[in-house]
Order: sequence, then structure tokens, then C-alpha cells
Amino acid sequence: MEIPEIVGAGLIVIGAGIGIGRIGGSAMEAIARQPEATAKIQTAMLIAAALIEGIGFAALFAK
Amino acid sequence: MRANATVFFAFVGVLFFTPVAHVQAENVEKPQQEQAHHEDVHNGDTHDEASGEKDIKGIIKETIQHHLADSYEFHVTDGIGFPLPVILVDRGLKVFMSSAFHHGSIAEVDGNFYKEHHGKIYKTDALGTLSYDHNHHPTNDKPLDFSITKNVFVILVMAIFMFFLFRGVAKTYQTGLAPKKAGRFLEPIVIYVRDEIAIPNIGEKHYKKYMSYLLTVFFFIWFLNLVGMTPLGVNVTGNIAITFSLALMTFIITQVSGKKDYWRHIFWMPGVPVLIRPALAVIELIGLVVKPFSLMIRLYANMLAGHVVLMSIIGLIFIFESWIAAPAFLGLTVVLSLLELLVAALQAYIFTMLTALYFGSAVEEHAHH
Repeated sequence: MEIPEIVGAGLIVIGAGIGIGRIGGSAMEAIARQPEATAKIQTAMLIAAALIEGIGFAALFAK
Repeated sequence: MRANATVFFAFVGVLFFTPVAHVQAENVEKPQQEQAHHEDVHNGDTHDEASGEKDIKGIIKETIQHHLADSYEFHVTDGIGFPLPVILVDRGLKVFMSSAFHHGSIAEVDGNFYKEHHGKIYKTDALGTLSYDHNHHPTNDKPLDFSITKNVFVILVMAIFMFFLFRGVAKTYQTGLAPKKAGRFLEPIVIYVRDEIAIPNIGEKHYKKYMSYLLTVFFFIWFLNLVGMTPLGVNVTGNIAITFSLALMTFIITQVSGKKDYWRHIFWMPGVPVLIRPALAVIELIGLVVKPFSLMIRLYANMLAGHVVLMSIIGLIFIFESWIAAPAFLGLTVVLSLLELLVAALQAYIFTMLTALYFGSAVEEHAHH
């Protein structure tokens, strides 16, 4: 039985979603603990989120 | 204060104009669809509601694809638009206006005939016959195409606009340090790129050399993303060829400015067992290509996805054809347009940020080993 490519793409997008969600959640916790480091945390968060997002898009377009 | 208010109203104006214009563009498509319906009747086809629904979906799909693709003319909506020059290299330079392709007609230059087929130009005979292979791709010769297409045109206009805008702002600083005119809006952004992107990532010592490139890339991507949100229907940053060129420039600058430490960390990583070093070199070499590749895909996919989602939601109005659905989807489009304005700035920021990060890794000097 053949699993359609779109299922794989969907799985990767779910993974990417969980990943970005975790990054966002952790960043919020970190900001709550250290509000004075907000700018640095946000920058790091955006970079990490962007890297994961790239994988998600690659999966969508490779399908 | 007045300048702030002007900028604010400009933003709000663009914001509310965009969805309306999208809808108008879709409305123009509507009569065509009805016409297609009539033709179906003439052909004597039996069609139920399902096939009618398929027609609308097909038209929406076509409209979206037409919007996303590059084209040889600048077409905004029915009757608004102008042809652009087509430049072909085919045993000499062949230049003519794209209006020659109107309604699928054949353009003739110095005894050569050209025809546009699905966005590509093919060389044909006088009758415009195209021969197809088994995949329905034409097998005719394709001349080298250096045309000023819609995207190229928008890039050129943007380059000229940015040149005069920033020249003008730079000139106002010769008379005094306080920013004037557009500088009042642009100065904080330039300072932000310098203090929050360039200096932390590249370092105090080397950042100045790269500021011009970082600022150019940032404003170029940001402005083009914003132009993509206007009703002009351009999709420049959602075109993979353009994001490829931007990523290629970042790649070349990174490699050219790579210092001794940078190359040593790629080919002979210090601080790890010697046996692992060759394996790490392979991974690092792959990483060299993956970095600009991800830059390319990220910007392209984000902008493309934004345009597709916005236009699809507008398209839903014509699928549901209900008085309740239309305002709801219009409202949703306004909300998503707001989000797209954020994405436009965010993607420009991330591209610049990662570019600065790669430059920083190239010029980094390690004090101790």
C-alpha cells in the first residue's frame, strides 16, 4: 500500500507547528522570568522559528 | 507630528484599499465565467450544479495562478495595463513590445516568428504552429529571453525610487543632524538595522563594510513585500528567481569576506578529535549551500503562501455566493492583510538578520585556540 506524499508533507508541517509552538512558549516563559532580556530573547526566538519554518515550507513545496 | 500622521493615514489607506481592490478584480472575472457558462450551453453540454461549481473553482485557480506568475505585460485589471518590451537573443537582438502577443497572435521580427504559450516564448513558423511532445510541452526552439517582464519592471522602478528616496534623505543631513522629510520615518529603521542587526551579529570592528548591503536588502525586500500588498497585483518577492538572486548575493559576499578562522572551522574544525574532522568538513560544506538555500525558500514560500491564502479567501466568496459569507470573508481578508503587513516587515527583518549572522560567522576572529 502506498502512502501519499501529501501525508508526509502533513506530518512534517505538524512537526514544524509543534516546534514553533514550543519555541514561542519557551520564549514567553523566558520573557516572564527576565523581562529586561526581552529584545534578545525575541531575536533568538525569531531566528529559531524562521529556521523551522523553512523546513515546513520545503516539505510543502517538495510534495 | 504631521509626518507621523501622514504615514499613518497612508498605511490605513493602503490597508483598506487592498481587499476592496481584490474583490473588484474578482468581480471583473465574473462576467467571463458567465460567458463561459453561456458557451457551454451553446455547445449543448449537459451540466449540473457540480460542473458549474467546478467552473468557478477553475476560474479562481486560474486567477490566482495568473496573479502569482510573471508576465510580459503589466496588467492590473481589465483595460488597465500597458505592454512591456520583449527582448530576445536569437541570432541577434530582437526587440518588440509585448502587445504583439495580444489574443495569442504571432509576433514577427525580421522574418522570425514568435508565439507566447503559457508564459514562455517559442519560435514558430508564420502560422504559429507549435509541435508537442507526449507531455504536451512544446518542442519548438526557445530563444534566450531577456525581456523586461512585469517583475523586472517593478524591480527597476523600485531601484530608481529607492535611489532617489535615500539620496534625498542623505542630502538633508548635510545641512544639520536633525532628520527632515522622509528621514524622520526612515532614520529609526536605519538605526535599528545598525544597532540591533549589524553590530550584535557582525561585531563593532567589521560591521561598517556590510551596512550598505544590509540596508539595501532590508528596504528592497520590505518595500517589494509592501508593493505586493497593493492592488497592482505584483508578486516580486514571491518569485523564486528573485529570492535566488538575493540569496546568491549573500552567499558570494559571505564566501568572499571569509577569514582564515572561517575556513579553518569548515575544513579542519579545531577542538574535536582528528578522526571526526573530515566528517565535519563534509557537513560544514553542505551547510554552506543549505544556508542561502533556506534564505531563498523562506522568503519565496512566505510571500507566495500569503498571496495564495488571501486570494483563496476572496475566492470563497464566489463559491458560497451568500450575503452572509461575503462580509465575513471580506473581514477575514482585512485581518489577514494586517497579518501580511507584519509578515512583510518580518521577512525583510529575518532575511537581513540571517544575512548579518552569516557575515558575522565569516569575519569572526577567535581569540583562543
